[in-house]
Amino acid sequence: MNSSDIAQLAIVGISACILAPFLGSYMERVYAGKPHPLAFLGRFERFIYKVTGIDPHEQMNWKQYTVSLLEFSFISIAVLFLILVGQGFLPFNPQKYPGLAWDLALNTAISFVTNTNWQAYSGEASLSYLAQAAGLAVQNFLSAAAGMAVAVAIVRGIARGTDSREGLGNFWADMTRSVLYILLPLSLILAIALVSQGVVQSISGYVPTLSFEGKNGLIPLGPAASQIAIKHLGTNGGGFFGPNSAFPFENPTPLSNILEMLAQILIPFAFPFLFGAMVKDKKQGYMLFMVMFVLLSIAVWGSLTSELRWGTLEGKEYRFGKAGSALFSVLTTITSCGAVNAMHDSLSPLSGMIAMFDIMIGEVIFGGVGSGLYGMLALVIVAVFIAGLMVGRSPEYLGKKIEAREMQLSMIAIIIPNFLILVLSAVAISLSAGRAGIANSGPHGLSEILYAYSSGAGNNGSAFGGLAANSVFYNLTVGLAMLLGRFGVMVPMLGVGGSLAAKKRVPQGSGTLRTNTLTFGVFLFFVIIIVAGLTHFPALTLGPILEHFLMLQGVKL
Amino acid sequence: MSTSDKSKKKGYSFTKDMLFSALGSAFRKLDPRIEAKNPVMFIVWVGTVLCTVISVVGIIQGTNASSWSFELQIIIWLWFTLIFANFAESAAEVQGKARANSLRAMRDTVVARKIGANGTIVKIPSSKLRKGDNVVCEAGDIIPGDGEVVEGVASVDESAITGESAPVIREAGGDRSGVTGGTRVLSDRIVIRITADPGAGFVDKMIAMVENATRQKTPSEIALSILLSSLSIIFLLAVTTLYPFSSFIAAESKAPNILSIIELTSLLVCLIPTTIGSLQSAIGISGVSRLMQKNVMALSGRAIEAAGDIDTLLLDKTGTITYGNRRAVEIIPVSGIDERELAAAALGASLADETPEGKSIVYFIRENYDDIQIDNQGIFVPFSASTRMSGIDRVGADGAADPLRSVRKGAFSAVQEYVLSLGGNLPKDVDGICERIAIKGGTPLVVSVGVHILGVIHLKDVVKEGIKERFARLRAMGIKTVMITGDNRLTAQAIAAESGVSDFIPEAKPETKLDAIRKAQTEGHLVGMIGDGTNDAPALAQADLGIAMASGTQTAREAGNMVDFDNDPTKVIDVVEVGKQLLITRGSLTTFSIANDVAKYFAILPAVFSGFYAGKSALSGPLEALNIMHLATSHSAILSAVIFNALIIIALVPLALRGVKYSPSHGATGILRRNLLLYGLGGIIAPFVGIKLIDMLLVAIGFA
Amino acid sequence: MRIPAIPARIFKSVRFLFVMTILLGIVYPAVVTGIAQLIFPDKANGSLIVLDGKVRGSSLLAQRFDSPQFFHPRPSATDYTYIGAGASNQGPISAALVKTVEDRQVTWERSYGSLAPEEMLYASGSGLDPDISVDAALAQVNTVAKARGLSDYSRRALVAAINEQARASKGLIGVVRINVMKLNTLLETDPEYRGTVTRQ
Repeated sequence: MNSSDIAQLAIVGISACILAPFLGSYMERVYAGKPHPLAFLGRFERFIYKVTGIDPHEQMNWKQYTVSLLEFSFISIAVLFLILVGQGFLPFNPQKYPGLAWDLALNTAISFVTNTNWQAYSGEASLSYLAQAAGLAVQNFLSAAAGMAVAVAIVRGIARGTDSREGLGNFWADMTRSVLYILLPLSLILAIALVSQGVVQSISGYVPTLSFEGKNGLIPLGPAASQIAIKHLGTNGGGFFGPNSAFPFENPTPLSNILEMLAQILIPFAFPFLFGAMVKDKKQGYMLFMVMFVLLSIAVWGSLTSELRWGTLEGKEYRFGKAGSALFSVLTTITSCGAVNAMHDSLSPLSGMIAMFDIMIGEVIFGGVGSGLYGMLALVIVAVFIAGLMVGRSPEYLGKKIEAREMQLSMIAIIIPNFLILVLSAVAISLSAGRAGIANSGPHGLSEILYAYSSGAGNNGSAFGGLAANSVFYNLTVGLAMLLGRFGVMVPMLGVGGSLAAKKRVPQGSGTLRTNTLTFGVFLFFVIIIVAGLTHFPALTLGPILEHFLMLQGVKL
Repeated sequence: MSTSDKSKKKGYSFTKDMLFSALGSAFRKLDPRIEAKNPVMFIVWVGTVLCTVISVVGIIQGTNASSWSFELQIIIWLWFTLIFANFAESAAEVQGKARANSLRAMRDTVVARKIGANGTIVKIPSSKLRKGDNVVCEAGDIIPGDGEVVEGVASVDESAITGESAPVIREAGGDRSGVTGGTRVLSDRIVIRITADPGAGFVDKMIAMVENATRQKTPSEIALSILLSSLSIIFLLAVTTLYPFSSFIAAESKAPNILSIIELTSLLVCLIPTTIGSLQSAIGISGVSRLMQKNVMALSGRAIEAAGDIDTLLLDKTGTITYGNRRAVEIIPVSGIDERELAAAALGASLADETPEGKSIVYFIRENYDDIQIDNQGIFVPFSASTRMSGIDRVGADGAADPLRSVRKGAFSAVQEYVLSLGGNLPKDVDGICERIAIKGGTPLVVSVGVHILGVIHLKDVVKEGIKERFARLRAMGIKTVMITGDNRLTAQAIAAESGVSDFIPEAKPETKLDAIRKAQTEGHLVGMIGDGTNDAPALAQADLGIAMASGTQTAREAGNMVDFDNDPTKVIDVVEVGKQLLITRGSLTTFSIANDVAKYFAILPAVFSGFYAGKSALSGPLEALNIMHLATSHSAILSAVIFNALIIIALVPLALRGVKYSPSHGATGILRRNLLLYGLGGIIAPFVGIKLIDMLLVAIGFA
Repeated sequence: MRIPAIPARIFKSVRFLFVMTILLGIVYPAVVTGIAQLIFPDKANGSLIVLDGKVRGSSLLAQRFDSPQFFHPRPSATDYTYIGAGASNQGPISAALVKTVEDRQVTWERSYGSLAPEEMLYASGSGLDPDISVDAALAQVNTVAKARGLSDYSRRALVAAINEQARASKGLIGVVRINVMKLNTLLETDPEYRGTVTRQ
């Protein structure tokens, strides 16, 4: 690593760590309806409630919250599907692109509503400006807001007092506040900053060019910066252009690269602090943050080490270099963002494995906006249970007893993504329809498939891009993975929130397990590593690990 | 009590008969209908049966000529895994039954004097008593069972039941005829008709408890089962999907897919949490029997778990914190009387007094006035319920009692009446002295010689020795102790300070206990209480942990969820410890079980995958690099992991039965740290060592 | 046929989505576009290279150069196409990748007579990476100068210009790099480097 690599790492890490606590406490004020600096937008918030007929004070229990979330999400999928299929008949389509095939449109609609942003299409080569801005970018905001809303609702359930008659909050108010006070202002700032670096933002058509050597070309433009800003801030990751953040119009300079990395970790970094503020025990937030941060640091260290030692510049942009690419690959996979500034398919085997494992581990190392927190809470509940037994008390977390129901729901939230990754990969590798998509032979072919379903089930969206994923088989199976990987975690965790909300708070005593201590943090760390590791190590052995040792032996396939 | 000392020495013991009985039961439990109750072990059972069938078919058809000895060894060890797991459960059951039997034997030894058909008295064990039998009890006897006084009058010490330190009068006829088993007759002689078959019900319940323990799951046991089943599902997914993955790689590397069902099953059995899965019910049963070892019977497994959870403990002052009987602490002469004169009189009046108070006076005077001559000349007047006095009548030269020299001690009112009847008068200050003692929560006992009142003996509740240390230990466990007493605030405060109790509720009425429990529960506390009297029953029922003294009333015993046969209120500490140990053992073995998997991966995966990309000349391919333990061959590696997995179950049976050590001294985080190092880190390291050693052994004896 | 009443809740979802689409899909991008076009019109419109009123490309997007009269950018797996650009996605132990890299090394040696810098052997992620290392630029100088018939003075001025660009790209963060598109634009606009070449 040279000095600029170190500077880049330090700038991203330190500024995120400085900004996150402030953002976290700001978000706590926003969601609690307390006064905050942007409260002057309140008139606008009330206007939205008025025209949409929302009563922001209506308290929902966990079932009502879940039903609102599911109804809204499925209507969003339907509307987005219709926009994508029908873009040929809709305005703002200067390139006159026809509608997408049904399977691709369905896959893409699910992908954006589930905050995955898996892209089996290439944006500048197949989508109209309307589809991008009014379809995909809108869902970039709303899927992020939904993740945040759900996380906040679950934490409300945990934090709720004994005799409170409150529910988990109001889904519509949480959505509106997430958008209006958090995502939109940050996006506006980031979008302008990105334009200053050379990211395009235009509504005119593609520009015809004559190259220096006299060949005709067509330079793609579009309202990119506004969409790229939320793509990172909302950990969506879906590029405006096919090569995503490797494309110079999407990520033109090392500074824009830093801004994008910072943007994708900013809100996930803030969530543990938001959690600490909501449960009125800041140390709980610090503990979760530290566990996540240590896991992240190990991933960064491993990926940088492997890439600088064994990586090549294949699939990487020269302006980012190996370190800038490896760091991005880790930050985009831990956060479920899924934007890429280098092709993960061409990463060194271990760096590729770390990217894949970051997703397989579940949304726990910061994870997506909101989803990272409740993904982590599922594992916290498992850790609290085992550790609680080990100190000789029937386990409790933040004063709420962890019993069969919470354990059941948390384990469902943990099993579903793992089930999807393993079973769908096994199906794909067994069928010729699945093997047909593989681009590289040997263990790397298995890695491509494993990565695809990890990315889908983990709502990440990045890919080992060689896989030819735009087939009916992949569009449908990855679509299924994204859908269940999203709601199969959200709904059970909302159930946990609802179940804990109904429980009496047990006062802390000296015999109570403290969950804000270093000891518990270390235990949680190992629970995460061991549960994810034991689940995926066998498959990874046959993929990237085998490939790594083949590489060391000098074998080429 | 002596029994608790005995049980400590008894510890964890296992006789040869018990071993054979457990082994037999282990084989009977291979029945799939029984195995299916434990999802983790049922997966092992299905895998084992599948492997057995496949291998036997292979041997018959001759298709596994090269690997049949390896397959056979794996299959044998898989069966051992099942039997070991069953053995763990059986061993716990057998041990529990032994405990129940020994407890029954202990109850047999309480002797009752039954009045036979022709009026003769027969000594029989109390357990032989049946409803309707008549028994005789004299001063000092323990009443052998619940019953009714049919003849005579006696003072009975019911402090263990009612919480009242003063003896109560029980007499035939009227509404004061009921006596409770376990109370002690202090004076006189009564005949009691037994109204309940004593003990038998409890012993029966106990045996049923041991035999049914496997079927009654506590809330945390259910949650743990869900966790273990879920982990098993995850491993089932990881292992079954491995087959298509390795088929693909095999095709890509142009090698045969070497992964067989036997190997996949071995991997699966090693990964799913068999250790905790097989020991789980043994831990639960052993909790019940460990309590029995301490002469406490839990009426449900849930109660034991609740015991580990309680953070507030309600205790009666009398009998629990203080000795149920008051003790002499001071003698105060009236003005003009020498202290030594009073001491001599008090001693004389108490020499024949067999009540604990009387004995305490003798003890007190001898300790503090060792030069006083014992003058036991005369006729002893024992305490009687009618006079409410005791003493000694000095004999005059004529050999007849001389009332003017007779020594009496008793309640102020009784002695006052006696002295006045002899024509004496009262000193001015005796009234004040008595009042001052009463204000301090003590009991005044007035001493007179002839017509003169000499002074007052101060009887006081004395805090039990060692109680302070016990409360300190409870505090370290995170349990707040609350003393309940009928005393006034000042007295209660004094005793609270002396005993180190965390809090106290003075001037309590019978319903105070229930209210206090309800209040603590609404604040989210889990409350334990110890009770025995009928008026304790609602509180015992309300408490999360209600320990009834076996000597208590039938109502109390039915209201609580545990019964203590030693009638030792401080036993709650042992109960809480057993409850905590139960949870700690489950948590620690779960951690150990999962931590073990890391090493098993490094044993099995290189073994099954080393053939990939092995090339023409090399014996093993690139994944041999993961064989960090350098296990000899792929067969020895898999076999070692399976053998380790089976043996660790047996190795941990004693720990499961004994329970993981609980020491509250370092707080919850300290306990977690200790157990994580021991069972987490230990769980990662141990199998690396174990598997390597087994592998070396297998190579040495030529089994692999 | 009677149309069934839409449940109120579903209607609420649709209304919310509609309002949010106006706000986030129309107002927000319009505001960003307005500000961007006002403050950074050049960058917002693609950092275009306009010579003699004609758009010749973007300084951020590499294009295909076959002639030795220009500096060559990094290899592209998608032949420098603007739309549908991408990478090879070849894995780290791909034999095909090894073969391609060997071929590129041979081609480079034939053209510039030295070992190629790493980035010139491996295709970029976007297929349009405009940046190369200073070494890669300097290695090409003599060939370009010769093809353009530059004087020795102009050639040295070109080296100086490359070094100047390298210095300018150096900061606290970021790789020291040469933008091939800017360098080639310089060749086409500065008479110093025009040489004997006529612009197409």
